[in-house]
Amino acid sequence: MSDNSVPTLSVDHLSVFIDKKPIVCDISLNISVGQWTCIIGPNGAGKSTLLKALAGILKSEGSISVDGNDLRSFSEKDRACWIGYVAQDPVFPRGMRVFDYVMLGRTAHLNLLASETPLDTSMTESVLRDLDLMEFSHRDVATLSGGERQRVAIARALAQASPFVLLDEPTTALDVGHQQEVLELIDRLRAEHKIAVISTMHDLTVSGMYTDHLVLMNHGKSSVSGTPHEVLTPEHIKIHYKVDVDIIDNAGFPMVLPRRTLQ
Amino acid sequence: MHTATATRISRKTWVISAVAVCLALLVGVCVGAVSIPPADVLAELGNHLPFVHHSNNSSLNSTIIWQLRLPRVILALVVGSMLATAGCSYQGTFRNPLADPYLLGVSAGAGLGATVAIVSNHSVAHWVLPIASFAGALIAVALTYSLGRSALVGRSSTALVLAGVAVANLLTAIQTLVQQRNAEKIREVYAWVLGRLNTAGWGDVRLVTPYIAVCLIVLIRYRRVLDIFAVGDEEALTLGLPVNRARAAVIIAASLGTAAAVSVTGLIGFVGIIVPHILRLIVGNSYRVLMPLSLMFGGVFLVLADVIARTALAPQEIPIGVVTALIGAPFFLYILGSRRSADLT
Repeated sequence: MSDNSVPTLSVDHLSVFIDKKPIVCDISLNISVGQWTCIIGPNGAGKSTLLKALAGILKSEGSISVDGNDLRSFSEKDRACWIGYVAQDPVFPRGMRVFDYVMLGRTAHLNLLASETPLDTSMTESVLRDLDLMEFSHRDVATLSGGERQRVAIARALAQASPFVLLDEPTTALDVGHQQEVLELIDRLRAEHKIAVISTMHDLTVSGMYTDHLVLMNHGKSSVSGTPHEVLTPEHIKIHYKVDVDIIDNAGFPMVLPRRTLQ
Repeated sequence: MHTATATRISRKTWVISAVAVCLALLVGVCVGAVSIPPADVLAELGNHLPFVHHSNNSSLNSTIIWQLRLPRVILALVVGSMLATAGCSYQGTFRNPLADPYLLGVSAGAGLGATVAIVSNHSVAHWVLPIASFAGALIAVALTYSLGRSALVGRSSTALVLAGVAVANLLTAIQTLVQQRNAEKIREVYAWVLGRLNTAGWGDVRLVTPYIAVCLIVLIRYRRVLDIFAVGDEEALTLGLPVNRARAAVIIAASLGTAAAVSVTGLIGFVGIIVPHILRLIVGNSYRVLMPLSLMFGGVFLVLADVIARTALAPQEIPIGVVTALIGAPFFLYILGSRRSADLT
């Protein structure tokens, strides 16, 4: 990874088949570091499947490349140096301490049978400090609350130090306060650490408030993409979510307000 | 001010473990039909320090120590280390705290291999047994691995463990069949199946130690990787772990080591479950801590179990496999009963 060039993740005509059924069809995206791209769409649209394909968990057709190099020809280790991934419902193994969990992020930078170096330890420590998690470092990850878990999972992705980070529904399980805290954290880290965030999200209003670029997926296809103002319109939402909404201006952000029709 | 560090084995724990290993060895050599005072044992060992097997072992004690006790105790130490480390390794790769050489059919495969070797040859050369066991264990693990992978789409540890149970039952049934058709050899096979340390000599130690040493070194080097498996295959993959390759390496090393152990001592059960479990209760679940400690305390456990085997009903000896089963089976049921189902996934 050279520091002087800005790496770009190019997704070209990407399709994912599960049991020969197309779940993701012909998606093309270009993502540069520093951006926050958000995949929205109704349930079953293929959002999580797309992220899993980008993360290398699922096989895909088409190309996923960074600066012209196809990521699928990379080893697991090299790919993980480029792309980090936080699952929708990450596994928090019982009895694993926060420090050890976050240090798992250093795997991509270590040979298979090597032990962590002092550099890995100090990087883990600085991530914990940055995310205000030092007082948790001895806690068992399985005993953390929802908001703490999300921060710890993000800390692990930061310790991985990959320029592209995939976040699958980072705020699903959180109340409105913790949701905002986590989103502000992601926003700050993306600017400070110069990383590109690609997330899926359910809450349309929130996705419009935090992200630069929205991709509305439905039936595995990218239907509309652009800025939040371009994508979040009553017409698009009517077509893809089959619901009537009003779009209200909320301090410059589009706010999606569902309309209830009483019969 | 909080200080943050990775989990590791403290110096105190290293010292305690080393002392435990030395004490177990000493007890193992001292206790038996003829008990020898520890001071005499230490003096005898001291005599031989620079060049082992060198000078005056004319006294009876010297012969007992060098020719009977020491090879037996060292074999118990080596085999116990291997079985506990293999159990711990399987638990890590399969994310299942009840995984064990038995659960995966590895021991059954090794047992079948050895049984076939015993019945098919009138005077089976002792070096044939480990090779036959290796072959049996590898066939078993290959069967379990391919069955488990093909049974379900994706990579499920549960499918692998279920496949292992099926394979173990199948191989045990075949072993019984082979025994039935070779009734004249049945005593020999039974003696072997129940586990034995009583006939151990330096030859057995020399036979298995190289295999077990290599397997243990490989497995210990994978201790950090075993911690990565804890987050599941998908996340481990995105962290940069070549999941299938790493799992295959751990399984092959653990299975070969188990086969080597089984080939000289027969089936000694439950070591791979009891030792890592007691350690989990004390030091937690991190494999970088559990693996080296399982290695050491597995040896300690089997040496002490062997002391019980030769003293409990003296002058008769209880087969070592019976002792570990008598301790291990109730312990296994206790774990099953006390652990909540969530812990077992």
